[in-house]
Amino acid sequence: MPKKPEHLSDPAGAPAATAAQGLDARLVVDREAFRLDIALRAAPGEVVALLGPNGAGKTTALRALAGLAPLTAGHLRLDGADLRRTPPESRPVGVVFQDYLLFPHLTALDNVAFGPRCRGAGKAEARAQAAEWLDRMGLAEHAGARPRRLSGGQAQRVAVARALATHPRLLLLDEPLAALDARTRLEVRAQLRRHLAAFEAVAVLVTHDPLDAMVLADRLVVVEGGRIVQEGSPSDIARHPRTEYIAQLVGLNLYRGQAEGHTVRLAAGPAVSTTEDLSGPVFVAFPPGAVTLYRERPTGTSARNLWHCEVAGLETHGDQIRVELTGELALAADLTTVAAAELDLHPGAPVWAAVKAAQTHAYPA
Amino acid sequence: MTGPQAPAAGRETSRKPRAPGRGVPLALLVPALLGLAFLLVPLLALLLRAPWRDLPGQLTSPAVWEALRLSLFCATTATALSMVVGVPLAWLLARTEFPGRGLVRALVTLPLVLPPVVGGVALLLALGRNGVVGQWLDAWFGVTLPFTTTGVVLAETFVAMPFLVISVEGTLRAADPRYEEAATTLGASRFTAFRRVTLPLIAPGIAAGAVLAWARALGEFGATITFAGNFPGRTQTMPLAVYLALQNDPAAAIALSLVLLAVSIAVLAGLRDRWMRTA
Repeated sequence: MPKKPEHLSDPAGAPAATAAQGLDARLVVDREAFRLDIALRAAPGEVVALLGPNGAGKTTALRALAGLAPLTAGHLRLDGADLRRTPPESRPVGVVFQDYLLFPHLTALDNVAFGPRCRGAGKAEARAQAAEWLDRMGLAEHAGARPRRLSGGQAQRVAVARALATHPRLLLLDEPLAALDARTRLEVRAQLRRHLAAFEAVAVLVTHDPLDAMVLADRLVVVEGGRIVQEGSPSDIARHPRTEYIAQLVGLNLYRGQAEGHTVRLAAGPAVSTTEDLSGPVFVAFPPGAVTLYRERPTGTSARNLWHCEVAGLETHGDQIRVELTGELALAADLTTVAAAELDLHPGAPVWAAVKAAQTHAYPA
Repeated sequence: MTGPQAPAAGRETSRKPRAPGRGVPLALLVPALLGLAFLLVPLLALLLRAPWRDLPGQLTSPAVWEALRLSLFCATTATALSMVVGVPLAWLLARTEFPGRGLVRALVTLPLVLPPVVGGVALLLALGRNGVVGQWLDAWFGVTLPFTTTGVVLAETFVAMPFLVISVEGTLRAADPRYEEAATTLGASRFTAFRRVTLPLIAPGIAAGAVLAWARALGEFGATITFAGNFPGRTQTMPLAVYLALQNDPAAAIALSLVLLAVSIAVLAGLRDRWMRTA
């Protein structure tokens, strides 16, 4: 994946060459018991995903960028211009809303032509532009259709076309794939990826789906409780999660502890043997698939890590069974259906969980 | 009796199953039927006592037509006037925050419960020749409103507009304000968003409110006779004509009442999609 220059490592001041172009924002929004405070920077052509659980403040951040929610403090500059003083209708910002919000009384064509019309184009000209956008989205034959006659995927593309038709310098997408069923989602995700890759200005998308974020974005910004907890490239975040939430998203067991050589003493209690030689505060992670379960204490295993646990729950995960364990260490294990049946697992069953040191991964916290 | 095609099952499916002992209690059924009868008997009496044979003659008399024409004109104008100022008022109440908004809404709905005669007196004190505003209208523009057709329109607007405002405000509150936000992000000013997005979306609510207001204006009596008087051809609308006719020519009063009843039923039929189906 081609990476744009990162200027995250230096939050205090971006390089002068890129300072004028793209997005440079610090968004502070206070709401009753909640405060959003995040710094966001993005170069033109970059796609940034705000990833986080529900209620993390992602949508609030998007609304603040669009001018639909006022900033309590901070700054907001786009291509060098201060957007805080610009009313929302004059900002060069396009928004794709979660449920699209296509105007139900207008055809697909008139929905897309709405923006150009409001920005001063004549009726015929706006419609010609809209027709071109719909054509580009492969929707030419649906130009005359009302939104309720469009499928979810078509409506999503009309919404993207409508947002792009105003030639925004900042494109905001709020959970752009959340309203779609699984099959449509796959197809629309691939299309959206192409459109975002071709988009020459800044794109910020909000999602709680790590796959959407990793496929669509060049850079992930993970938001929890109104703050940024981690940011980086998708592969970096997948390999080195720094919070429970991200670890769960990418399917890893994650623990915090103190390393002394090849042993990490976990805050949660037991120690974990690792291959890395570290000292001080670290994270230890291992995938659920690396866990082997035994009903009796195993004698012949070479696994260095062995914990006595109890089955807390079972659930189907694709063609695997995900076993949630509590006890000495809380962890998730993935088994084949056959293995789960042979072990006769049920909630409350005592088990031994083994993980080889080579399957764990420790990195500084 | 069930048909031959559905021998045994027909009886059970033709009737909704009812739990034993769950019938309607008499203590509720009797007053309910009494209430229903109370509402329907007067209308029935109107139909029973109608001089059907003389009706064509009664209805073609110029006096009836004059009253009907005036009524339709005034009610329609009052409705139009209510829409021009009432829809923006409803928008203000539904979409903006300002101090005392609750009080303003209460004041807007006051004419709904105010006796119309009091409304007429209030209008006289405001817009009468010596009224608070009326004296200036008279002095500066030579405009006198009481006892004119314009006065009828104003009296009807005063009583009918709250119906429209309440209806439109309810529709606005139910409508998703995020459509307006979507329009904003596309470059629409608040007014453009209202005109091109909100207005088409709430059109059904406006139509329903307008019909309600129109029906109320058509039947308006108290405020009209107080503020505009009872001059045939100028301010004598149908309800006024009915009342006057009842003193001298009851047959004519019944004929006029039938016309108003027919108009009301037509209005109800027009609204059935909106209300009677949701019931």
